[in-house]
Order: sequence, then structure tokens, then C-alpha cells
Amino acid sequence: MTTNVKTDLENKGRSRLTVGQKPRWTWAACLAGSAVVAAAVLALIGFNVAGWAVLTAVLYVASMYVSTVVLENRRKATNGLWTNLVFGAFVIALLPLVSVLWTVLSIGLPGLLAPGFLASDMLGITGAVDQQSVNEGTSVLGGVAHALVGSLLITIGATVISVPIGLLTSIYLVEYSRGGFFSKAITFFVDVMTGIPSIVAGLFAAGLMMTLVGPGTNVMGFSAVLALSVLMIPVVVRSTEEMLRVVPNELREASYALGVRKWRTILRVVIPTSISGIASGVTLAIARVIGETAPILVTAGVAIQTNWNLFQDWMMSLPVYIYRQMMFPTAPSAPDASEQRAWAAALVLIIIVMLLNLLARFIAKAFAPKKSGR
Amino acid sequence: MKKLSFVKTAAVLSVAALALTACGGSNNPTAGGSETAGGGGELSGTISGGGASSQEAAMTAWVDGFRSVQSGATVQYNPVGSGSGREGFLAGQYVFAGSDAAMDAEELESSKDQCGPDGAFHIPGYISPVAVAFNLEGVDTLNLDAKTIAAIFTGEITNWNDEAIAAQNDGVELPDTPITVVHRADSSGTTENFTDYLAAAAADTWTYGVVEDWPEEIVAENAQGTQGVVGQVTATDGAITYSDASAVGDLGTVAVKVGEEYVPYSAEAASKAVENANSVEGAAENDMAVELDRETTAAGTYPIVLVSYHIYCNEYADQETADLVKAFAEYVVSEDGQSTAEASAGNAPISEALREQALESISGIGVQG
Amino acid sequence: MTTTTQQSALHDPKSAGGRAGDKIFSGIALTAGIVILAILAFVALYLVVESLPALTAGEGELTNGKTSFWSYVGPMMVGTLIASGVALLLATPVAVGVALFISHYSPKHLSQPIGYVIDLLAAIPSVVYGAWGMTFLGPLLVPAYRWLSENAGWIPIFAGGYSQTGRTLFTASVVLAVMVLPIITSMCREIFVQTPKLHEEAALALGATRWEMVKMAVFPFARAGIVSAVMLGLGRALGETMAVALVLSPGVLSANLISAGNQTIPAEIALNFPEAFGMRQNELIAAGLVLFVITLVVNMIARWIVSRHKEFSGAN
Repeated sequence: MTTNVKTDLENKGRSRLTVGQKPRWTWAACLAGSAVVAAAVLALIGFNVAGWAVLTAVLYVASMYVSTVVLENRRKATNGLWTNLVFGAFVIALLPLVSVLWTVLSIGLPGLLAPGFLASDMLGITGAVDQQSVNEGTSVLGGVAHALVGSLLITIGATVISVPIGLLTSIYLVEYSRGGFFSKAITFFVDVMTGIPSIVAGLFAAGLMMTLVGPGTNVMGFSAVLALSVLMIPVVVRSTEEMLRVVPNELREASYALGVRKWRTILRVVIPTSISGIASGVTLAIARVIGETAPILVTAGVAIQTNWNLFQDWMMSLPVYIYRQMMFPTAPSAPDASEQRAWAAALVLIIIVMLLNLLARFIAKAFAPKKSGR
Repeated sequence: MKKLSFVKTAAVLSVAALALTACGGSNNPTAGGSETAGGGGELSGTISGGGASSQEAAMTAWVDGFRSVQSGATVQYNPVGSGSGREGFLAGQYVFAGSDAAMDAEELESSKDQCGPDGAFHIPGYISPVAVAFNLEGVDTLNLDAKTIAAIFTGEITNWNDEAIAAQNDGVELPDTPITVVHRADSSGTTENFTDYLAAAAADTWTYGVVEDWPEEIVAENAQGTQGVVGQVTATDGAITYSDASAVGDLGTVAVKVGEEYVPYSAEAASKAVENANSVEGAAENDMAVELDRETTAAGTYPIVLVSYHIYCNEYADQETADLVKAFAEYVVSEDGQSTAEASAGNAPISEALREQALESISGIGVQG
Repeated sequence: MTTTTQQSALHDPKSAGGRAGDKIFSGIALTAGIVILAILAFVALYLVVESLPALTAGEGELTNGKTSFWSYVGPMMVGTLIASGVALLLATPVAVGVALFISHYSPKHLSQPIGYVIDLLAAIPSVVYGAWGMTFLGPLLVPAYRWLSENAGWIPIFAGGYSQTGRTLFTASVVLAVMVLPIITSMCREIFVQTPKLHEEAALALGATRWEMVKMAVFPFARAGIVSAVMLGLGRALGETMAVALVLSPGVLSANLISAGNQTIPAEIALNFPEAFGMRQNELIAAGLVLFVITLVVNMIARWIVSRHKEFSGAN
């Protein structure tokens, strides 16, 4: 071995520090080798690009491991293997995202860019109108204004109800309860609530409002707000609870030691420390409910015109709009127009959630303490 | 700070994209979508209905058309499904219901709570032929009798060049393609109508009865909703399905054997089937619930027809609602209403005789007390 | 505790207010907990009352000639568990990997945008996932199914033919996996970055490689959180309706994952509820109750796992 190293050093002029490390070009060699071998193997059973890419990746990871074991040592090889796998996981996660986004963008963008799509509702849009626009190739009329308004109002309503309840409950669970019966019961039932099928939440809200305000008037935005809250609260509780739990106890103890009261400690120390996680959890919860179709359909109904009042009359929402337009086109003989509106509405929904996400991040940024290594 | 600026840019861009498209202003056509808008009308208020989603496209047209006749009145319709529609109607949530099936005796009895002593009645407002549609290279239409259709859908006939199909289609070149049956995955009035036809006209072959859910025993491809099955058939060579005729598009369709001739689906043939149907036994005089004669031999009748009813009360609690419902019901069956729906939804307009009968029934709508 | 703070020279001058504040705040937090219990009690009551007729129905009372409620819901229970199980099996490693990538492997200035991109996955409504799975993913997987059917047909889950349209339980599982991935990733990421820096630096200072640091410092700290995140994902996978309803071509239960067939409870509810009334509606709500119980059991198992590892969880 030693003589080998010496000759290496003499021949290639490598520094003493890099002795025992694999040469820099190992990864390129492995990648090229894997690609060739993969192509050769696939050539035997029928070549296709997807299979080739997958097989190359697998071979690359394996060959890198083997070559590192040979050239360096097992620990470094394991480290490299996991690094490759983690990068691989990221690439795998990106594939469906890119695919879905591409599908939505390529089909939905023309609809979104149609004049007045966001400013119009569906008032006056009948099958005849759609057939005309499809047959004559003019731009598709009608839009999502009513659904946009409905979705925003209903989601904001549900957030206003669920976030305080959810956040306070998780504060109770983490900060106040001493693991007693009551906190166990809450944890247990929050778990139960995550399992409520969304349609059941909708039926429950509709039934509850029916007994409260009587039949007929119970179909309104607020019923949908209740239904979504039932779905949203457990998600908020579970994610914020987790985030509050990982706040180091040292921080709390330091605060108490300075004579700060518990509630001020929670508000000023615990929550700011975990605000980024909480914001992210809340965003996820919103994303979870803003796309719900069935519970909104049975509680808020459908509408073709804009309604700004949560407490009166039916309301349209984006997912219901997407679902109805996609599955039950306005003009059955010319479904293209409805399909275009549906995909464009899906695009609008994604953009909204994206903006909400950004908003949550800004809030988190504004409240979060200055971060430095703890 | 770099991350923040990325986030900011993204936010600004997406807001800008939204704003750009929003500034175009509304593109909604004026009421009625045409110059026939008379405006005016003396009624005002809102009535809500709910029920069958099969009527959704037509209902959109009716709601819009009614707005042009009675500009102060609003009708809203929730396509929650026939069963939920009837339930909501009986609970007083909806003042009218759309339903693919007529109410049974029990439901009629309980309708008296909301509708006064005479209960509710049905109007066959939406009639649509159910087409048996297929995707077969170079074949636009096929002649088939009920027995053969049933054999195809039960999986007894598995290839398009089967003897039974060839015997009824002289001169049509049938390819050697396996048959892929596509059925509805969801509960549907269309499935119920189609199986009702098969059960009546080909009882020997179709032994699964009249069902809303496709029988599990028959293993076949399926898809959700009319759009789903049509899309699946369009994408698959050799596939066959049943679907609301308005949605079949360019697919080939089956002419069904009635008596001695083969009848392709058409609006006239469909409404004729409803006209020739028997009224349900023991129904009130103004109740137009019908039992279709699936084994009919009457010439020019297409027996696979979906009839979706509008269910109204004989008596409403207050005058305003009664007037609104009456005006809407009259508009729906009127020549204008039916042709508006036909233009939008592609359903079959009801015949003159049915219209007269329906108007007669509707004229009885009044106020309780 | 109270007396010491009151005697402290550093304490807030409005200390009486502070005391009241403590009481009020803990009271509000408690109330929130009670509200949740109350909501749940109502929902549970509603579910049970609505499903009783179906649960107690004898032979001949159920619709479509089913002999008993359990023979109806049983196969769908299995289908639901298989679909969610496969989805989690696919999603968890990838999700934890992505979370690690964001928290410990990616270049620092990239981690936030990347996290944001992954969150985008959660933003896409399930109807869109369903449509994507039906029109794009399904047909894409057909060649793979053909290959599996021809070459791995001896494995029971691939035996007995394959779907021509790709609308199978496996495709549904893949779509579900994509849907739960951002949920798991997002939670894991937040927990990974909370790992005490001291632990990480101590590990590195002892000469650990990056992977060994992750294994020794990050995972023990985050274990309970990972389980919690996975369970949250499972809750989503179990209850997902629209995507499965659109992607799956349902049928009777079969072990074969790559042909048409199988059904999940939420999809069954979504497909049939619109036209259901009377007993059929009760049946479907009872199916919902069963789903509810399944989620409960799964969650209890998860809690148990977490509590067994309690010594690792939390800050200390």
C-alpha cells in the first residue's frame, strides 16, 4: 500500500492531504459507466428513455458506493450513499410537481388569460353561449369571479375560527396540561377528528345549521365555514402542537427566571420561536381545506353569481366550480369550453394558495426572533 | 435577504398576473344571452331547487332564460343528486326538486307536510335519450336488438365480429376487435334507465334487475360521470358505453330494434316514448309521473329514455313563492323554455300534447289555507 | 411560584394584571380544548345516529341485495388500507429524504425556495391531482404494468392481468403518495431544523460524517415528530375522496394492484353519495364511521409508538 501511495504521489503530484481520497473525476466516470451499462442492458429488453434514466441513477448510486468503499472507506461510502439517496429523493419529489404544474399550466393558462376571466361570473353563460364560442373559435366567456369571492370568504372564515381554537388548544396541551385525563382526551379526539371523511363534516355542518336556522336558509357560506373548520382544526392542532413541543425548555426556563409570567412567556418566547413552523402548519391546513369539494357543495350549494354575504344565499367556491365544470359541462355537446374554465380555475386556486403561503412566510419572518446558532 | 427577495419577486409576479387578467372587465353577456330579453316581468324574489345533476346543463339555460322573462326573479338550483333533492324538498329546503326517479307512495304521503293536503306532483320537464355509444374505427352506426346489447354489456359477446352483431348488420365490415365495456362508476339515473330497459326488453340475458349501481359481478372498465365514460370510450378503440345522448359527440351510436325496425336515437323518438308511456298507477290526476314502456313496438319510438322530473307542491305556504314557482314551471315547459334548453343541453323538447297536459297541471299551483 | 415573582424586583409593575392574565390565558386555552371536545361529540353523535339503521339492518333491508353491512364494507376497508399503506410506503422515505435535503444537505440559500416549491405540491387541489392521475399518470404507467404482469406475474399482487387504462389501485396509491408527500416533508423539515445546533456540532466535532451526524443527532431528536408527520399524512391518505374517485376504476376486492378493481371507502362515499337517500345514505355514513374508526386505531398505534420513544422527544 505505502509504495503504491508513493508512486501515486510521485506520478501525479497529488498533495499529501488528499491521500486516501478518491480522485475528483470518480463521479463522472461512475455516471458515464452507469449510463453506458444501463443503455446496454435496456437495449437487450427494449430501450426507453424513462427506464434508461432510472437504471442509470440506480447503477450510479451503487457504483459510487462500491468505488468509495474500495478507494476510501466504508464510513465515507455510507455517507456518500445517503447523500446521493437524499438528492435522489428530492429529484423524485420534483418529478410529479413539475408534471402536475406543467399539465395545469399548459391547459389552464389560455383560459386564465381569456379576457375578463377573473372579473366575470357565470351569469348568462348557458350551453348555447359555450357552443357558439367553441364552434366559432372565439374566446370562452364566463369566469370565476363568484367562485373566487366565495372561496376566499369561506376559507378566511374557516381560518379565523380554526386557527385560534387550534393554536390555543395546542398551547393548552403543551404548556398547561400535566398529561392529565383531559389533555389525553383532547389528544385522542383530535386524532379522531383527522379521520373524519370530508363529506361527513359537510353533512354534519348542514344538519347542525338546519336545526339552528331552519331549512332553506341553512344553505349559505357560513355552513361551509363550519364544515371546513371541523376539518381544519385537527390539522392545526397536530402541527402546531408538534412545533411548540420542540421549543427548547431552556428558553422557557430562562424567561421564568427573569420573572416573566407564563402567559407572557408563551406569547413572547414560545410562539415567536416556533412561529415559522406554526405558519407553515396553518398554510398546510388552509391548503388542505381550500381544495375541498364535497363538504362545500352540500353546505353552500352552487351559484352562478357573485355573493359577498357569508350569512345569506348560496355561494360558489373554486373547487366546486372546477369539479362541476369538469364533470358536468355547461354544454354537454361542447365540453371544451367548460374544461378550459375548469383548468384555468385550478390554476387560480394554486396561485391563491401560493400567495397564502407567501403571506404566512412573511408573517413568520416578521415575528420570528433573530436566528443564530443555538 | 436574498431568499426574501426571491419570495417577493414571486409574490409580485403572481399578483401582477392576477391583476393583468382581472383588468379586462366582466365578459358576461346580458340577460338571456340574446336580444329576446324582454326585461320587465312583475315578479321578484328567489326560489331554490335542488336535485338531479342530469338536468344541470338544461337548468342553467332555464334559470338564465327565466331571468330574461322575469328580471326581478332569481332561481337557484343545487345539483346535489336526485335523492338528496327529494329529501331537501320534503324537508322544506327546496321549493322544487329535480329527480330522475318519481317519488314513491311513502314520499308522496310525507310531502303533504310541506305541500298541503294534495301533496306534490311530477312534471317530466327534462327528457333525454340515452345513447348506446361505441368507438369503432370506420363504423358510425350499428343495428342491435335488446338481447344483443344485453349480451355485450354482460360480457357474453366479447368481440365486435361476433355472429350476433354481424347478423343484424349486413354490409357493415366488423373488425376483429375485442369489446371493452365501460360503465358508470357512480350511482346514476342513467344506469338505472339503461338497466331498466335491459331488464324489461332482454330479461333472459340481463338478470341483474334495475340498478343504479352497475352490478359488481360484471367486471369491466368504468369511469365517473357522463364525461368520464365518454372520455374513456373516445380514448379506447373497441369500447362501448351508455350515456346521455347530448354528450356522445363523434362516437358511433346504436340504432335499437323496436318492433320490426331499428330506431336511432333522436329527440322526436325520445319524446314520443314519454308521450306513449303509461301514467303511474294510483297517481293523482295532475301527477305526470310515468312508467315508460320499454318493450314498446310503436314505430319511431326510442325506448331508452331518461325522464327527469320537476317536482312541485300543489300548494305553497305563501303567495309570493307560489307565483314564482308557477311562473318558473310554466316557463320550463313552454316552447321557449324547452327550445332554450335544447340549444344548450341537447336534450329532447317535450311534445305538444305533453306540454298541454303539463300546463294544465301547473295551473293548479296555489296557496295553502 | 406566585410569591417569588411578586417579591422580585424585576417583575412587571402591573403584576396583579399579570396574574389575572395568567388565569385568563390558561382559561382561554382550556376553553379551546373544550370547544374541540364539544364539536367532536356532536360529530360523533351525528355519525352514530345516522349510521345506526345500516349497522343494525338485517338481511334484506340493505340496498342492492347485500347480505350484511360488514360484507359490504369489509372489502373496501382492505382496499382503503392497501391504498394508503402503499402510498405511505412510497411517500415516507422520499418525504423524509426531501426534508433532510432541505434542512441539512442543500446549499443554505436554496433551502427556503426549495421548501416553498415542495409546499406548492400541497397547494394543488385534489380534483386536479385526480384529473392528472386519470389523464396523465395512468396511461404513463401502463407499459410498466404490462412489464410487471409479464415478468413478475408470479407475485400475487401482480398476478392476473393488467389494466389497459392504468386506472388501478397502484396508480391511486402513487397519486396519494404525491399528495401526502408535502405534508410529511413540511412537518419533518420544521422539526429537523429545530435540532439543537450543539448536538449537531458535537457530532461533527467528534469526526462524524454528515450522515452519521444526521443519524446520531437529528433522527433521535425528530423521531416522534416524524411519526406524527407520517400519521398526519396517513390521515389525509385515508380520507382522500376526489382524487381516488377519479383515478381508480373501482370493482370488487382483488389482490391484484395493477388491474381495475378494488375500492376505497372515501371514494365509494364520494361516488355514491350524490344519488343516495334513505338506507343507502345510512350505509354510506356508516362506511364513513368505519373509516373514522380505522383512522382512530391507526392514530392510537402511532401515539403508542411515540410514547415508547418519549425519552427522545421534546427539547430535553
